[in-house]
Amino acid sequence: MVTLRNPVMSAISLVANFFCIAVLYLLLQAQLLAVLQLVVYTGAIMVLVVFVIMLLNLGREEKLTEKYDFKKIAAVVVASGFALEMLFIIFSMENPATEMAPGAGELGTIEGVGSALFGTFLLPFEVTSILLLAGIIGAVVLARRKA
Amino acid sequence: MPLSYYLALSAILFTIGVAGVLTRRNAIVVFMCVELMLNSVNLTLVGFSSFLGDSTGQILVLFVMAVAAAEAAIGLAIVIALFRNKQTVNIDEINILKW
Repeated sequence: MVTLRNPVMSAISLVANFFCIAVLYLLLQAQLLAVLQLVVYTGAIMVLVVFVIMLLNLGREEKLTEKYDFKKIAAVVVASGFALEMLFIIFSMENPATEMAPGAGELGTIEGVGSALFGTFLLPFEVTSILLLAGIIGAVVLARRKA
Repeated sequence: MPLSYYLALSAILFTIGVAGVLTRRNAIVVFMCVELMLNSVNLTLVGFSSFLGDSTGQILVLFVMAVAAAEAAIGLAIVIALFRNKQTVNIDEINILKW
């Protein structure tokens, strides 16, 4: 996805990646989140992204400048160092968990997530609705033709 | 599958996102890399949630998804507005906030 020249191809590989992550959510017994991943990410967000790519007609892409070779190499080196560091930490954990918690199956159902969401986390849930409202207004104002 | 594998995959995905943000110059691709990073963190949260038997992680993932959706709408609106003004999405040419 990172190395592809064409942004449409990047978007398609990102969609494939989202599908794989949804399958991993199913393996982790988070059924509601797997469905939401498909609907929200691959359904809504990626459609929006592809739509903007098409709208701006970036399909065959101006050859974005390649003069930053040093910067690119430095970026890749820094990123892989970061990855190695994280992998080292992950695999040097003292007794890592190998079994899922016994009640994990009930947590990920609509019932489990819903009762937590509307019980303990009711206030953050309501705040999220304000955030989404602000998002809607902001998007409309920004993308309006003559602002 | 042990928890470490999920964490390792998540770390690798996050790193790919970081590398993309640092190397690519197309604003939309950078935006997609940020989405990839958000997703890898979501995977970590769901992994810990399932292995610790605590639903807080999954709730947090829901909020991250809501924020990501709002961010997608706003970010793409900004990209459209920028493209309308400057006819480019190359982030090297978008430097009007630079002092």
